[in-house]
Amino acid sequence: MIAALRTEVRKTTTTRAWWINATVMFGYMLVLAAIMAASFVLSIRSEGASSTGLPGGGTLDPEAIASSVYTLAVALGYIFPAVLGALVVTSEFRHRTITPTLLAEPRRTLVLVSKLVAVLPFAVVVSVAGVVGTVLGGAGTLALMGEPTFLSDTDMVRTIAMSVVALVLWALVGVGFGAVLTNQVAAIVVLLVFTQFVEPLLRILMAQFDATETLSKFLPGAAGEAIAGSSLYVSSGLADLLTAWQGVLVLLGYALVFLVIGRLTTFRRDIG
Amino acid sequence: MTSTFDADAGVVAVSGLTKRFGAVTAVDDLSFTVTPGRVTGFLGPNGAGKTTTLRMILGLATPDAGTVTIGGVGYSERPRPAHHVGAALETASFHPGRSARDHLRVYAPEVGVPDSRCDEVLSLVGLMEAADRRVGGFSLGMRQRLALATTLLGDPQVLLLDEPANGLDPEGIRWLRQFLGYLAGQGRTVLVSSHVLSEVQQTVDDVVIIAKGRLIRESSLADLEKQARPAVRVVSPDAEGLERLVRESGWLAQFEAPGIAAISDQHASDVGAAAFAHGLELHELRAAGTNLEDLFLALTSEQTS
Repeated sequence: MIAALRTEVRKTTTTRAWWINATVMFGYMLVLAAIMAASFVLSIRSEGASSTGLPGGGTLDPEAIASSVYTLAVALGYIFPAVLGALVVTSEFRHRTITPTLLAEPRRTLVLVSKLVAVLPFAVVVSVAGVVGTVLGGAGTLALMGEPTFLSDTDMVRTIAMSVVALVLWALVGVGFGAVLTNQVAAIVVLLVFTQFVEPLLRILMAQFDATETLSKFLPGAAGEAIAGSSLYVSSGLADLLTAWQGVLVLLGYALVFLVIGRLTTFRRDIG
Repeated sequence: MTSTFDADAGVVAVSGLTKRFGAVTAVDDLSFTVTPGRVTGFLGPNGAGKTTTLRMILGLATPDAGTVTIGGVGYSERPRPAHHVGAALETASFHPGRSARDHLRVYAPEVGVPDSRCDEVLSLVGLMEAADRRVGGFSLGMRQRLALATTLLGDPQVLLLDEPANGLDPEGIRWLRQFLGYLAGQGRTVLVSSHVLSEVQQTVDDVVIIAKGRLIRESSLADLEKQARPAVRVVSPDAEGLERLVRESGWLAQFEAPGIAAISDQHASDVGAAAFAHGLELHELRAAGTNLEDLFLALTSEQTS
């Protein structure tokens, strides 16, 4: 297990994808958080706190603005750790290194579990980069516009710290998803389409009916936000969330279910 | 040379191996044995089932029937298989962004060797100067050497190499020949696959020839060579002189027309020398027999037609 972990960690450290991922996430979240912070502040200044133009028709007070901005990484940026995790599996198939991998370690379950564990340190780096970018961009903009940043508020700090946890779990979901869909291009496209388009749309639609509203809390994006304990969706009055612990269990559940499906399908077949 | 290896542990035994892909039987009741201390050529045309067989030997593909053991044990049943068996299946099995040394460092922990072994095998295959270059910029020949280096990481007793000569220049093929011969001389088992016999003709001691997934021939190369018969086609304007030469030399010959003879079991050099000694004018002198490659093609195409 130790040997397999060292091999898996080296697979990531010897390639550039993980720190490119962290750098791009940092930059993207920095800019996105700055833009969102500025537009929230401007909208309440021009129209008053009663209307923010959010789809749920909710209201944003200065604290809600801050927490919505600081959790943007969890609400919109989780694609980065998810892709990091998926690439751990799919790049082996893209470059056919899965053959020497399975020659060195034929126990396929061990290979998959090692990948799941070995991605953790890199997921932490990417997630911290994303959250730091979000807070820098968001708090910087709020401060420049003369709004309170709430960064000394313990609840806010907790939300920020927990969003790192949520993002790290997203990397595990990515590993599981990559094991199911090993085609790298297809895996990235499906992850992008689902997280950026399908799930947001589903959550808006499902929030309209009582029967589906409860179910929508168990969507992976909603579970991630539950871990952070706050999000744009909640502030906008669209949906309630699970508790943080429930959120952790739901995301872990997605990761493990995907991993088991991958083990029983792709990783049971002939490879190489 | 005294061998440091236990001979039994180096025997690759394939028995009744069968693999179907839908309606196609890629490997059909295949049985053969690879012995240590010799270089064995695993030969057959493209699509004969060589790679599929190797994948089953290595536990990457599951056979529909039959068994494979290396030293009496299935590949996947060994705790650290790369320590005993070094295998290279595809030359493209590299991440293009990794350096040659990093490629080896990735697998070193699982193979169970210290990092210093990576530089040792790079030196062995002559890639030390390219150790820090990204594999993406490597030529096919360099990739072949790196693939070989990967198989050697665990200092394995058994080497299974799929088309290792593919993409090598003549100098590279000569190097590979000497290197594989050296490894076999240490008592290791060396199996190399190829779709051209001539590519490995000077390398191998034994041959296992397959076509359409079935065993065609399992023998030593020397036995196979005995089957290859030379012949010479001769054209002379002096029909009578040619007939006399054939008669006096005691050659077995067929006359296609006056002055045109196909002489069996003789080499062109001998026929040419005899004609020159007899002062016979020749307009054509050409080797027309079955060489080893022709024999190989004939053996493998019988199955295909």
